[in-house]
Amino acid sequence: MGAAKSGRRIGLWLLLLILLVAPIAGSKLGLISNFMVLQLSLMIVYAIAVLGLNLLTGYNGQISLGHGAFFAIGAYVAAVLIDRYDLPWWSTLPIAAASCFVAGYLFGLPALRLEGHYLALATFALAIAVPQILKYRHLENLTGGVQGINLIKPDAPFGLPLNSDQWMYVVVFVVAVFMFWVARNLLDSRIGRSLMAIRDHAMAASTMGINIAQTKAITFGISALYVGVAGALHAIIFEFVAPDSFRIDVSISLLVGMVVGGVASLFGSVLGGVFVQVIEKYADAGARLLSQSLHLPIDIEPWTIYGIALILLVYVMPTGIAGGLAALWGRIRRRSGN
Amino acid sequence: MALLEVQGLKAFYGQTQALHDVSFSLEEGGITTLLGANGAGKTTTLRAICAMVRTQGSIRFDGKPIERWSTEDIVRLGVGHVPEGRGTFVNLSVDENLRAAAYTRRDHQAAARDLDMVLTYFPILRQRIKQQAGTLSGGEQQMLAISRALMLRPRLMLLDEPSFGLAPLIVQEIFRIMRRINEEAKVSMLLVEQNAALALDLADHAYVLETGSVVMSGAASVVKSDEAIRKSYLGY
Amino acid sequence: MEQLIQQVASGLANGAIYACLALALVMIFVSTDHINFAQGELAMFSAFLCWQFMDWGLTFWLALPVVAFISFLVGVSVERVILRPLHNAPVLSIVVVFIGLLAIFHSMAGSIWGHTIKQFPSPFPNVHFAGSGYIGPHQIGMVVVTLLLLLALFAFFRYTPIGLAMRAAAQNPVSARLVGIRVDMMLALGWGLAAAVGAVAGALVAPVVFLEPNMMASILLYGFAGALVGGISSPGGAVAGGFIVGILENLVAYFGNLLEKSTGIYVVGNGEKLMVALIIVITVLTLKPSGLFGHVTVKRV
Repeated sequence: MGAAKSGRRIGLWLLLLILLVAPIAGSKLGLISNFMVLQLSLMIVYAIAVLGLNLLTGYNGQISLGHGAFFAIGAYVAAVLIDRYDLPWWSTLPIAAASCFVAGYLFGLPALRLEGHYLALATFALAIAVPQILKYRHLENLTGGVQGINLIKPDAPFGLPLNSDQWMYVVVFVVAVFMFWVARNLLDSRIGRSLMAIRDHAMAASTMGINIAQTKAITFGISALYVGVAGALHAIIFEFVAPDSFRIDVSISLLVGMVVGGVASLFGSVLGGVFVQVIEKYADAGARLLSQSLHLPIDIEPWTIYGIALILLVYVMPTGIAGGLAALWGRIRRRSGN
Repeated sequence: MALLEVQGLKAFYGQTQALHDVSFSLEEGGITTLLGANGAGKTTTLRAICAMVRTQGSIRFDGKPIERWSTEDIVRLGVGHVPEGRGTFVNLSVDENLRAAAYTRRDHQAAARDLDMVLTYFPILRQRIKQQAGTLSGGEQQMLAISRALMLRPRLMLLDEPSFGLAPLIVQEIFRIMRRINEEAKVSMLLVEQNAALALDLADHAYVLETGSVVMSGAASVVKSDEAIRKSYLGY
Repeated sequence: MEQLIQQVASGLANGAIYACLALALVMIFVSTDHINFAQGELAMFSAFLCWQFMDWGLTFWLALPVVAFISFLVGVSVERVILRPLHNAPVLSIVVVFIGLLAIFHSMAGSIWGHTIKQFPSPFPNVHFAGSGYIGPHQIGMVVVTLLLLLALFAFFRYTPIGLAMRAAAQNPVSARLVGIRVDMMLALGWGLAAAVGAVAGALVAPVVFLEPNMMASILLYGFAGALVGGISSPGGAVAGGFIVGILENLVAYFGNLLEKSTGIYVVGNGEKLMVALIIVITVLTLKPSGLFGHVTVKRV
């Protein structure tokens, strides 16, 4: 048992190493374009954000349709600090994390009294209002109003032989591994177990001595922190923020990523991140291809596919791809075991 | 032919089996009572007849097998169920409660006459006709629940603990009117009661349930006078 | 002063639309406990349909009932086909399905009709009348039509047997089944009616906000605010709440402008309208979830 466990751990580290090195090597060898490297980075960024939402919705059972707001706060904190205050880009990550934790915690406090549909409603309202909040006149000096802020992608330090896309991939990758590691340990701890206890049975959890209000609010904060870090990374590697990039679409994308990837699953969060970016980038082309090959009189838009995928998934695979794979794997093992 | 015939009835709440083997039959025009301790399966039996729980076994109403029918269709066939806890529409007025119960009827003039009839049985409801049902007293709500079932013009009424939580005087009045309904409107009744003495006075036939099965049955007068049965099953 | 009256009057007009949406939301909520996040997009889709019929040569007053009826059918089928099988599913699944519906209706409108803004002519004659300095003919028309619609709905629920059956089914589905009411059918009917009411709201507001797939997002938020202010379990309250929110929205902007003019300090203006709605939503939800006119429901554990 112990040997199997340490074997798995070595396997995991090996896999991570390959995932880190392969794209860089591929890009160095000219097999992968810089654009592709950026796409991979964005997938990882979204994986962090989906993980953040999963901590709140998947593990703690609080439904949020407004996590795009925290993504926006993280992105803007990073952009404003870099652009207006000339802070080094890396220093903005912890600041974005802290700001989003506070914002999430504060939003979580009133939201504590809300459950299920009501919380979804409050966060939905937040998601719709985000672009307007970002355009608020008194913030214009900082946020650049409707125009937004343009950034420049940082170069690799210490004369590392990496271009900025490759360098950012390394950064994003390392940050993501760290944050997933923290999340896993958190979920394995007492706090993690109380999170899930509250989701599964709030009343019983409180009789077990779990401070529900405090735990929920802190979960909200941590969840927002994750999404905020993702937002900050997104701003840095995407080199641009503007109010209208944070419409309700972001919140919905994260929700879709979580549901498609896997609710309450770390691996599912990774899949979800990949899905969000793939859809964002390739759904247009895919949808066009689909409409053409089916000879439809209209051009299908990506959101149609989103919507249909969501509804079908709720019916067919309510635990997302990760859950579906796990179930499939279990069935295969049982069959081969017999 | 029996009006209601139940054979080998089993019922389930999720995975839990609540009825194991219940069989009984009920003659047209009669009053039959189901007796037994708490949790014996009396309420579940009534619910099973109306397809409100998952069941196996055979249920025939007027010769028709109804075990696969939906609640709505069983009710439309002439089964008036006065549920546990009365189940009045508390935000609707007394009048609206009664008219909602006549929703399925197409014979509007007869329904209007029936409305008048139930208000004659329960004159207090006539005084409360515009009042919200939630503001009625417990006894009045029970009367409303019975009236509502009557508005369906049922051939069979299922009554689930009509005496529950009511003062003895009110209970006596309600049972007196139930007898009248049985005699005048020719409505057969299946009565579930905690209060066995009361039920045996009204009923002409009795079945005793224990942990989801029928353990004995007989004419009400026989059951009532059999001290052994009373002591071991009915606890008085 | 004149401006103030103007603001209140136009708030009333917007409020009529919010009231319709709020009512649609409440109609679904009372019978299913679901919050229909796709309500706004459904209404938007209906408005496009209405435009399409007018483009094909129908007059507005012919197109509107046709579209309302189509929307009714769409609502019924959404409930029967998509939501019915999920009636025991966890909240997250339901919310996800609504978001899926939102995405589908939103994108289908874009696919079919494009994303460029379309003019939607007002169906009301542009005449001058006493007081027309305060409120335009289209705004008056909006208020009158919605009030008529609300009145008709009120009469339907109050005085028709089927309206009564729908109320009974929403309130106590178990008892409703026990008097032979087909509860499932009543839920589907409720969905259909809600979609039809939303369609009327969409078609009436289209001339004001112009027709495009995003037109309903902010209006839906106000609908939510209205429903919550009035009490999401109370249809009458939702209507009142819609009007209250409509007026409030304009008053906030008005006094914001006034403040800026007199002191030079800008706090709030037209640009912050959605923020106002958001604050209303969150405040009501946290301080008085039952709203002004709703009653507290006791949750069984």
